Amino acid sequence: MSSTAAPSGTVVRVVLPAPLRAMVGLDKEVQVVVDGAVTQRSVLDALEGAHPALLGTIRDRTTKRRRAFIRFFACEEDLSHDDPDTDLPLAVVQGREPLIVLGAMAGG
Amino acid sequence: MSGTRVLVGTRKGAFILSSDEDRTQWTVDGPHFPGAEIYHVKGSPLDPQRLYASQSSGWFGQVVHRSDDGGSTWDVVDNDFTYDGVPGEHQWYDGSLRPWEFTRVWHLEPSIHDLDTVYAGVEDAALFKSTDGARSWTELSGLRRHDTGPQWQPGAGGMCLHTILEHPTDPQRLFVAISAAGAFRTDDGGETWLPINKGLRSGEIPDEDSEVGHCVHHLDLHPSSPDVLYMQKHWDVMRSTDAGDSWHEVSGNLPSDFGFVISVHAHEPETIYVVPIESDVLHVPPEGKLRVYRSRTGGEEWEALTDGLPQENCYVNVLRDAMAVDSHESCGLYVGTTGGQVYASNDSGDSWTAIVRDLPAVLSVEVQTLP
Repeated sequence: MSSTAAPSGTVVRVVLPAPLRAMVGLDKEVQVVVDGAVTQRSVLDALEGAHPALLGTIRDRTTKRRRAFIRFFACEEDLSHDDPDTDLPLAVVQGREPLIVLGAMAGG
Repeated sequence: MSGTRVLVGTRKGAFILSSDEDRTQWTVDGPHFPGAEIYHVKGSPLDPQRLYASQSSGWFGQVVHRSDDGGSTWDVVDNDFTYDGVPGEHQWYDGSLRPWEFTRVWHLEPSIHDLDTVYAGVEDAALFKSTDGARSWTELSGLRRHDTGPQWQPGAGGMCLHTILEHPTDPQRLFVAISAAGAFRTDDGGETWLPINKGLRSGEIPDEDSEVGHCVHHLDLHPSSPDVLYMQKHWDVMRSTDAGDSWHEVSGNLPSDFGFVISVHAHEPETIYVVPIESDVLHVPPEGKLRVYRSRTGGEEWEALTDGLPQENCYVNVLRDAMAVDSHESCGLYVGTTGGQVYASNDSGDSWTAIVRDLPAVLSVEVQTLP
């Protein structure tokens, strides 16, 4: 679990892939308010809470595991394989960088 | 004059084709949900403005959409298809056991009895029901928990529940079909289920009298004769006159009895249609000719319908949910192909025209006869 608690009500920027933005009618970037530690899990919890239509599209509804063809990037790093309870980079917590959710490259 | 609305699901979005009762001039609206695989789109028989669409993709999983204005706008509704309890295991291709795992919704069936009731047939095979217009789903788990469940195995396309038929007057009776488990019937609203596969003969399984394991591709019935069922099996066209308790083959003079679709004429309960496909290996029409076959005798005696359909160099497939009939006075038929064409007939199949021909591969076709 995270050891670095962020101030309550941290505003985190999230960039979603185009199909999900279109599905829920969002702009390229959405802001969510995260209580407590800023982690993949807490950000996605906040995102799904604000936009329930995204439930099941980024991570499995039951297991909460990242869908196989979804990736999480931030600060030019691939965070996809990080523990979902790991703190996100400080630049994301401070709002200087977004957490980027994107579909993995596929096709020939 | 009444109208006609054809709902087309494709590999890359959904399309809505509209016409009047003449069905000679068509407008094409779409793609809806561009880029997404749309396995099925179907409208409520009780309110034609109520539509449901099943979207599935490897990236973003299952999404269910609902429209209350005939497809002008859509809302995302519930996509929680969690199996009831511990899912258990079924046969895998190699004979090993594999846990039930939800993949996608193949078929959405809005009820003919209640506007807000809709059924979903899913892979791995299970039946879900919503009574609030797809805002929440509950599994009718008596089907998956049937004693034969551990023996069910996937067909080449996955272990999908793809056909859901309601009895026209008895809401407690449903028929479903699963590839490759077979057909099942409930008489108590989905609490308990009976395999209805007696008489099916499937060379692909060692025991041809097996209660399950048959690769049923599609079922249909006419509401005026709900005990008469028609089946396109992997191979063989079959008919039952006792609500599925027994089946007999009616393939007759078809050039191939392999195929995916089967439909009953809207006004003639003994008139049925199939699209023969060469084989389970080739998945193309025999001789490169796309032919719909019609029987006016409930099977056995078939005639080829070719006027307006390609009769040379045609190597498309017609998937199991890609044929539909409307209920205009002159019955219309619609066939979608993996080549992106939707062929329509406004005269019970005597003549055909491509009402759109360059869509992505067509996965499903449904039609609404509008007031």
